[in-house]
Amino acid sequence: MASRPELQAPPEIFYNDDEARKYTSSSRIIDIQAKLSERALELLALPDDGVPRLLLDIGCGSGLSGETLTDNGHQWIGLDISQSMLDIALEREAEGDLILGDMGQGLGLRPGVIDGAISISAVQWLCNADKSSHEPRVRLKAFFGSLYRCLARGARAVLQVYPENLAQRELILGFAMRAGFSGGVVVDFPHSTKKRKEYLVLTCGPPSLSSATPKGRGEDGESGSDEDSSDDEENQSVSVSDRHRPRKKQKLNKKVKGREWVLRKKEQMRRKGNAVPLDTKYTARKRKARF
Amino acid sequence: MRLLTHNMLSSNIKGVTNGFPLRIEVEKVIEKEVDFNIDFLRNMFAKIEWKALAEASRTMGYSELPDDAESSMLDSDEFLRKFHHALLELHLEEGALVCPETGRKFPVNKGIPNMLLHEDEV
Repeated sequence: MASRPELQAPPEIFYNDDEARKYTSSSRIIDIQAKLSERALELLALPDDGVPRLLLDIGCGSGLSGETLTDNGHQWIGLDISQSMLDIALEREAEGDLILGDMGQGLGLRPGVIDGAISISAVQWLCNADKSSHEPRVRLKAFFGSLYRCLARGARAVLQVYPENLAQRELILGFAMRAGFSGGVVVDFPHSTKKRKEYLVLTCGPPSLSSATPKGRGEDGESGSDEDSSDDEENQSVSVSDRHRPRKKQKLNKKVKGREWVLRKKEQMRRKGNAVPLDTKYTARKRKARF
Repeated sequence: MRLLTHNMLSSNIKGVTNGFPLRIEVEKVIEKEVDFNIDFLRNMFAKIEWKALAEASRTMGYSELPDDAESSMLDSDEFLRKFHHALLELHLEEGALVCPETGRKFPVNKGIPNMLLHEDEV
């Protein structure tokens, strides 16, 4: 497996002209990006009234994700740290406005003006310290703090991430919660290594009914279908009632394997030629308590 | 960069308390036609800092916007057209954005403002 891009070079250097070119020439990359951003927009759950919204695309890159937003009629502002990627976005005639900026330095937007934010495969870059002055915790705090401020109350941010490990996911989610967001992680196709995608679904403001984390796709192991089921392990939304719920009692009646199972096993052993005691009425009978 | 984005952007330099609005230095302005959508304009009106928009559009060479605006003016089609033009169709192609407090210049090239901060500004 190829090494993660995050481990190779800082984003503004990794996404050079060659790498950026892939985002216009590779139909596979384009297809994946479009699917991810469509799903992110779906999770954003904007009211279905046909009014265009002002959205933010963090790590917009070549504007592929923005294209999905434009197709759905929304206005958007894109932020990226790589000049090469933004040049490609210009070439592709992205409809949104592009800004060359570093999300780890904070977003620099007025408070409460953005109706929703998406980010495709970008936020995990914040966990790296690419320069001596970089401190991931400070950068995550600056990012989530400024994101929380610029979003309108009740607005959502959907961030698709590729965390390297459990610790990184918890780090990212922890800083989101500390900034004031409520929400959690939605995992699509958790049983598949390749298709597995994680989305942080964050809502500005305290937890409420409307901020309940949506369900992931394909959690029953069915790939491609839209059947949903909840996955409590992955749903890390913070809610007080959960914290005080008493632990489930462990099941007392442990399942005992029955006589049939014992007979089958004995038969198997006999066929192998092992010395096995005869089957009698005592076979697989429970021992008395005094034993 | 459209004035919509300019109206949302503020200077993010450490220690700056009021980084809005960024002053515009114009070298080149272009106009691009955009579909007119009343719902979007009505929705955005509440979020727009009108004074900043009116001044920015004047800097860009469009002086049709009134100094003050109220939500009642949203019923007038003529006003909406002007609002639409200033907000979405004027692009700052080349120039700079200047932080009102520190005077720091953020250059705008090919319509993309460079908002990257130096290490001592974070």
